[in-house]
Amino acid sequence: MANDDIWILGINMTKFGKHPTLDVVDLAADAALAALADGGVTIQDMGVLAAGNLMGAAAGLGQQLQKQIGQTGIPVYNVANACATGATALRTVIMAVKSGECDMGLAVGVEKLSGAGMLGAGFGAAKSEEWTRSGRHGTVSGFEGKLGTDMMPGVFAQVGMEYLHAHPYDGAEFELFARISQKNHFNSTMNPLAAITKDMSVEQIMNEPMIAYPNTRAMCSANSDGAAAAVVVSGAKLRTLSTEQQRRAVKVSASVLTSDPYQEACQILPDVNTLTRRAAIQAYEAAGIGPDDLDLVELHDCFATAELVHYDNLMLCPEGDAVAWFEAGNAHRDGSTPVNVSGGLESKGHPIAATGIANIWEICHHLRGEAGARQIPDAKVGLAHVIGLGSACGVHIMERSGL
Amino acid sequence: MSDPIPMVDYLVLGSDPHLVANECGSCGARFFDRRNACASCGAVGSFAQVDIPTTGEVRAFTIVKSWTGGDDYVPAVVDCGGTSVRGQIVNTPPDPEHVSLGMKVRLTTYSIGADSTGTEAITYGFEPV
Repeated sequence: MANDDIWILGINMTKFGKHPTLDVVDLAADAALAALADGGVTIQDMGVLAAGNLMGAAAGLGQQLQKQIGQTGIPVYNVANACATGATALRTVIMAVKSGECDMGLAVGVEKLSGAGMLGAGFGAAKSEEWTRSGRHGTVSGFEGKLGTDMMPGVFAQVGMEYLHAHPYDGAEFELFARISQKNHFNSTMNPLAAITKDMSVEQIMNEPMIAYPNTRAMCSANSDGAAAAVVVSGAKLRTLSTEQQRRAVKVSASVLTSDPYQEACQILPDVNTLTRRAAIQAYEAAGIGPDDLDLVELHDCFATAELVHYDNLMLCPEGDAVAWFEAGNAHRDGSTPVNVSGGLESKGHPIAATGIANIWEICHHLRGEAGARQIPDAKVGLAHVIGLGSACGVHIMERSGL
Repeated sequence: MSDPIPMVDYLVLGSDPHLVANECGSCGARFFDRRNACASCGAVGSFAQVDIPTTGEVRAFTIVKSWTGGDDYVPAVVDCGGTSVRGQIVNTPPDPEHVSLGMKVRLTTYSIGADSTGTEAITYGFEPV
């Protein structure tokens, strides 16, 4: 382990689902304390804290958390970056450790979303007595249902459909996306921390209430409560820790964050493709690892329609070939590159700011050989991807320690 | 009663309803909102208003199940001669049998209601050709 390598020393996620008796600070504290214990360290060892809670971004989760688990006076960065908030918190700590400002830091993401309903709706203010123009389009009414949709299920439905227009598909598009969802729901049955752990047939998924064609309810990420936290350590510091800590540590071979570069249409429908591909290219280059080397991938399946496009964006398949690649079974547990063996956001749940650390936890769990029933045998390398609209994309590549 | 007004600044009403975009004088990127500068090339302050073709092709769509008791609606991205436009597919049943990728459509306008002065607001949609 080189001095300037970056490692995950401890990591934890709470169960995702409903936590009616816990507030965001409780959940964040549970994950943070468990991540510290997992790494065999304490809050006193941390030199930096980055924390994210998107729905309460103005409240300063980091300091609220310190007031429960330790006010040590270290710098706190409260971060908000849509669904990439957790990955952004982690990357903030990684940058601090990499810069040499400190040798250990803690990243935390938490959200309470049970029963939140559909996110992103822009119905506008209640109709006034007289039409009044507002906003950058000078609109007299909310866009929703009058000029398209800003609700996530419909936005990501169009993302998936656009892929099938660019790369024409002869089969039944609705069933294709339902089969992707079926894979993830099946995977969730082996994950005790998933919000929903119900095996569903393709037919059952298609017969669920339609939300935004072709996404039925089962093909949408589950709004849930949850938190995740990770302890980051420098290679130099890790060498001073115990053999057991070194054995269980997971190397961060690449940590990349991108925003969306301008593309025609990107202000009409969010372009989740270009920034993901750019992040993937940078990450593979930084890690010296190619898509073929990956033993598992956790990618941002906020909707079944999104998963398909990211096979291509992360270059798991030849360009334009995502459908055939999926249909050949490559993304399944027993395929060449298992995708979302955790059950994905469609069943594991998607407590926004926790998601970008929870997917890292899933990868670490397999690389440490601690994933129980859903363990991918002999996993050595994994990739975690998140995307937040607006947009922000985080890609992390992790490798097991090899000790 | 006054003349109808467009729902958005970039819809021009009259005998030949059409959309207009702000086109960057430097790189040609087109935007439908009020601009500070160009998101594509960064150029400042040289936008010209250009007319957008009123026919196009559906590049992406979804069918949103109404949960407010209204009709289902069909948000879409329409490629109007190389400029992508956001809108809804109208004047056809909102189901996958009647809406498809690559479908040819044309701009149409309709009222979203009147305010207390009786002024109607007009929005646009795209109907099958």
